[in-house]
Amino acid sequence: MNAVRHALGRIASAVFLSVVGAFFALPMLWLASAPFDATPSITVSVPEFTLANFRAILDNPYALGSIGNSVIQAGGAAAVVVVLAALAAYALSRVRVPGRDVLLYVLLLLSSVVTGTAAMVPIFELATRLDLIDTHLGVILVVSGGLLPAAIFILKDFMDATPTSYEESARVFGASPLQILRHIVVPVVRPGLATIAVWAVASVWGGFLMQYILLRDPEKSPSAVILYTLYTEGGQPNLDLISTFSLLYSLPVVLMYLFVSGRYGFRFHGGIKQ
Amino acid sequence: MSTDAAGLGRSRAVGFVLPALVLIGVFLVFPALWTIYLGLTDYRLTGLAAADPQVVGADNYTAALGDDRFRTSLWLSVQYVLGSAVIGQAVLGFAIAWTLRDRRGPVRRIVEGLVLLSWILPSSVVAFLWIALLDRDGGTLNALLNTPGAAWLLDHPMLSIIVFNTWRGTAFSMMLYAAALENVPPSHLETARLAGASTFQQLRDVVLPRIKGHILTNMLLISLWTFNDFTPFLITAGGPEGRSEILPFYVYTTALRGGQLGFGAAVSFLILLINLVFALAYLRLLRTRDRAHDRGDDGGHDDEPGADPAIRGTAA
Repeated sequence: MNAVRHALGRIASAVFLSVVGAFFALPMLWLASAPFDATPSITVSVPEFTLANFRAILDNPYALGSIGNSVIQAGGAAAVVVVLAALAAYALSRVRVPGRDVLLYVLLLLSSVVTGTAAMVPIFELATRLDLIDTHLGVILVVSGGLLPAAIFILKDFMDATPTSYEESARVFGASPLQILRHIVVPVVRPGLATIAVWAVASVWGGFLMQYILLRDPEKSPSAVILYTLYTEGGQPNLDLISTFSLLYSLPVVLMYLFVSGRYGFRFHGGIKQ
Repeated sequence: MSTDAAGLGRSRAVGFVLPALVLIGVFLVFPALWTIYLGLTDYRLTGLAAADPQVVGADNYTAALGDDRFRTSLWLSVQYVLGSAVIGQAVLGFAIAWTLRDRRGPVRRIVEGLVLLSWILPSSVVAFLWIALLDRDGGTLNALLNTPGAAWLLDHPMLSIIVFNTWRGTAFSMMLYAAALENVPPSHLETARLAGASTFQQLRDVVLPRIKGHILTNMLLISLWTFNDFTPFLITAGGPEGRSEILPFYVYTTALRGGQLGFGAAVSFLILLINLVFALAYLRLLRTRDRAHDRGDDGGHDDEPGADPAIRGTAA
């Protein structure tokens, strides 16, 4: 009786996992087949193998440039977030700044409440008045403002967990605070900084809404926005271009994920995601 | 932890914190406060009210609450959150975590890998993948189900984006529940099984009491994110005829496309308030858990991924 139940349970779980696997794989099959298909259609099919489709990217005036824009915006935002969050987190971790706990609590609350959706109207208006529409700087500043609170919070945890003894002995030997920061603290918390950098790059690389409302000029638009215009703006969508471009644009995020999960184990923090 | 080991000093410490605070202040705090003011005006993108906006008091709010399109949109948002987050992601995520709990090896890696991949791919890519999947003429789904010409996105737009978001976001619930289930001692399950408890009874009597906190954390976070999710706009753009126009799309179309900035800001403020309720509930939950943790009667809720309160910022 028990053996029968056990066997049925195994079968049920195998069936369930196959269905789940199929459900999650089905939409992605197209991304794996169409870019290499000589005559890509919207239906998934076994490709008649070719690499010629990747040419379409070179022929489009905005495709390659948009990847460059994504690199500038994601890299710029990651640099701003890592540097500012590291400085703030270090000071908050080591020095008793008055009102620190309240500050952290409020920051945390704000970062979850003031989402892109809730703030798109004032952010658009603010960017217009500051002349930041259609600039890389505008995108970098706006997205950094959104990512910083969580970054400070995570890095402060990281710094709290780091013993202060190295800093103390360096101080005994006469190192200045900035030297200590550069030569002792940064190397010790490097994994934390790397995590924040990867997280910021991935968020901005995949982010859509802010980039969409802050940029009108296709010359400045990142891949997320250009890809969207490729399949929504009139006429028959160019499937060789869409499929190869999607693949090329997705690849860095997938590689980063593999890198992080291989190096640090894939321990996700709350909403670490774009 | 507050020993100033590097001899930073208070003034330099303030100097370290200040740049980050300025950026957060200008691009996160100020917009939130400004929404309140803008929402009280008749500010428009173009025309007379753009040059000289007037304060109209609560007019925008009464107009919104009296607007059928707003009420429909709010109701669609409720359906979207309940359908795709509370039911879709949470239930599917738990079911996957439960089924995989004592499996190792390739099956687990493949299933987890696929679920995670759907989560990390950029949103404009997954949006097109779903457009292709559901396409009326050449869509893979119609080819599989042998229903040529079924226009899923036109006939069932809400169902389509609910299934889409379930697919998109299940990974978070799966990971959170997988971590939670590691806190359920296998010996307790074994005892229950030997006593003849069915799977349902084991879940209810052994598992549920131990992961209650995780369930609540998960519900609050995924509801908040789903409520603010803009991704399905890339699939249906709110159509056809506004039948999938959830609140984020409503704000976008009325304020930024239609130019009614004041009105859009008022609706944004309502969204902010709803977010605030979710966020306060979540932080409160974390605090009670921290206190329980300090007392040492935490009930084994260590290493919970959701407890690290990093939340998606405006880049979402």
